Amino acid sequence: MGRTIAEKILLAHTQDRDFRPGDVIKVGVDVALANDITAPLAIKAFDASGAASLADASKVVFVLDHFTPNKDIASANQCMFVRRFAQKHEMENFFDAGEVGVEHALLPEKGLVLPGDLIIGADSHTCTYGGLGAFATGVGSTDLAAAMITGEAWFRVPETMKFVFKGKLNPWVSAKDLILYLIGDIGVDGGLYKVLEIMGEAIDSMDLSGRLTISNMAIEAGAKAGIIAADHCTEDYVSPRAKRAYTLYASDEDAVYSDVREYDCADIEPQVAFPHLPENTKGISEVGDIRLDQVVIGSCTNGRIEDLRVAALILKGKKVKKGLRCLVLPATPQVYRDAEKEGLLSIFLEAGAIMGPPTCGPCLGGHMGVLADGEKALSTTNRNFIGRMGSTKSEVYLSSPAIAAASAITGRIVSPQEVL
Amino acid sequence: MIIKGSVFRFGDDIDTDAIIPARYLNTSDPRELSRHCMEDADPGFASKVGKGDIIVAGKNFGCGSSREHAPVAIKAGGVSCVIASSFARIFFRNSFNMGLPIFESAQAAQHIEAGDVVEVDPKAGIIRDITRDMEFTATAIPKFMQELIADGGLIEHIKKRGQI
Ligand code: SF4
Repeated sequence: MGRTIAEKILLAHTQDRDFRPGDVIKVGVDVALANDITAPLAIKAFDASGAASLADASKVVFVLDHFTPNKDIASANQCMFVRRFAQKHEMENFFDAGEVGVEHALLPEKGLVLPGDLIIGADSHTCTYGGLGAFATGVGSTDLAAAMITGEAWFRVPETMKFVFKGKLNPWVSAKDLILYLIGDIGVDGGLYKVLEIMGEAIDSMDLSGRLTISNMAIEAGAKAGIIAADHCTEDYVSPRAKRAYTLYASDEDAVYSDVREYDCADIEPQVAFPHLPENTKGISEVGDIRLDQVVIGSCTNGRIEDLRVAALILKGKKVKKGLRCLVLPATPQVYRDAEKEGLLSIFLEAGAIMGPPTCGPCLGGHMGVLADGEKALSTTNRNFIGRMGSTKSEVYLSSPAIAAASAITGRIVSPQEVL
Repeated sequence: MIIKGSVFRFGDDIDTDAIIPARYLNTSDPRELSRHCMEDADPGFASKVGKGDIIVAGKNFGCGSSREHAPVAIKAGGVSCVIASSFARIFFRNSFNMGLPIFESAQAAQHIEAGDVVEVDPKAGIIRDITRDMEFTATAIPKFMQELIADGGLIEHIKKRGQI
C-alpha cells in the first residue's frame, strides 16, 4: 500500500513500524520552536522536571516575536526569563532584539526548517513549514518541554485529505484566496486531526512564499499539518540556505486519502473572510459595503517581501483614505531591508501608511494597532475570532495583501480593479 | 475518582482567544490566567464558576492558538473537566499533557443544559446527567493517553520512563 508524504516523514522519524492512522507513535524531532508567550511555560515545565540540559540545543529555536518590542513590564519580564534560559543553555538559535522576525517567516528564511523535516512548535501556525514539504505541527508548551528534554514527541498518526487546485488563477487571486476558499469549503473543523495535502497546476506554478501562505492556514481548518510536495522551486529556495541535509518526499500513486477534493481555479475570485471565523468567506463581488477603520498588512501569513511588493504596486502614487490607519509590518528584518532597497518603504510612507517593526503585534491584538469598540479592520493575517485584534466589539475581516492595499485607499473593502 | 459538578454551557468553535484572550498572555501564572478564563465568551464566568464545575460545549472546542494557557486557565479556575462533541487537536493534546480531564461525546453535548448536575466516571468513560436522568458514553481514550493520565501528565510520564 502506498504512503503519503506525511506518512513517509513520520516513518523516517520513528522506531515504530506498521503504524496506521489513529495509532499513537513516538517521533524524533528536527526542530522544536517556541516564542515569548509559549516558551515561558515550556521553560517552567523543563526546570520543574529536574532536567539539566537540552537533548540537543541546536534543535531548539526561540523567537521573541509576539509582544516585542515589549509592550509592558509583564511581557518584558517574560522575555527576560526566556533570554536568561537561552543564555544559560547557550542556544545558538535564539532570536532577540534586531534579529527578531515573525517566527514562521523567519525560520524558512534562515534555512532552519527544511523539506522532509519533522518540526514541532509551541505555536499553532508551525504548520507553515508544510509549504516546504516538511511535516510541521503546532503543539503545547508541555509537549515542547518534553521535546527539549528527550528530543521526541508523541503523535496520533493522521489521515490525509487531498486537495487539487486545477487550472490558472484569475486576476488578483493569490495563495491567500485559495486557502480561504478551501477553508470556506470544509469549515474550521473540516480538517480536524488530519493532514491536508495540497497540489495541482496552480500550486506547481506558485512561488514558495505563496506555498507558505497556504500551509500557514491549514490550522484554520483544524488540520494537524498542511503539506505541499517539495519540488525544484523548493530546492531553489532552500539549497542556498540549508546547513544540513534534507529530503524531498512525494506521495505514492496509490497512497490512501480519506477525502479528495478538486477545485477549478476559474471559479475562484479574491476572497474575504467575514467575522468571526475564517470559514465565513465570500467572493469579493459579494462583499457589499464594508467601511474600514484599519488595514493591517503583515504577519506570518502575508508579511514576506512578495506580499509587500503586491501591496506597494497598488499603493504606489496613491493615498491611504484619510483617517484610516494602514499598518505595514515587514515580517522579518531581511524583508525590511529588501523593502527598503526596492523602494517599497517610501511608497508606503508616501501613501500615508504606518511602518511597524517585524512583530506579531496587531495580529493577536497584542499591541501596535489594537481595535476600539465597534471598529472594523481588514487584515492579511489568519484569524478573525471575536476580540482577536482588540475589543470584543470590533470586527476583523481577512484578505490577501492586494485586497488589503486597495481597500486602504478607498476605506471600504474593494478589489484592486477599483483603484487601478 | 468520580467527577461531579454543575454545568456551564458553551456553543461550537469556542476558540482559545475566547478561553484566554491574548491580551492577558503577558503572564503564565495560573491564578492570574484563571481570573480571565472564558472572558470573551462569558465575561462573568471567572466569578461565577465554582470548584468542581464542568464545562460542556459543542464542536471544535479550543480551536485556534496552541496556547497551553487555555487549559491552564480552565483548570486553575477550578473546572473539574470539559465535555464537548469534539476538541481542536492542540487543545486536546495539551489537556492530556498537563492533566485537565476532557471527554468527547456528541450526545452529551447535545442534551446537557446549563445548570445541570453532571457526574463523570473517567475510567469507564460514563457521563451521567443527574438533573435529566440521562447517561452517555464518551469516546474511548487511546491507550497511550490513558498512560499519560495515570502518570500525571507528559513530564511525569517521561520521568517514569527514566528519560530525565
Ligand atoms: S503573526 Fe500572528 S499568527 Fe503569525 S505567529 Fe504571530 S501572532 Fe501567530
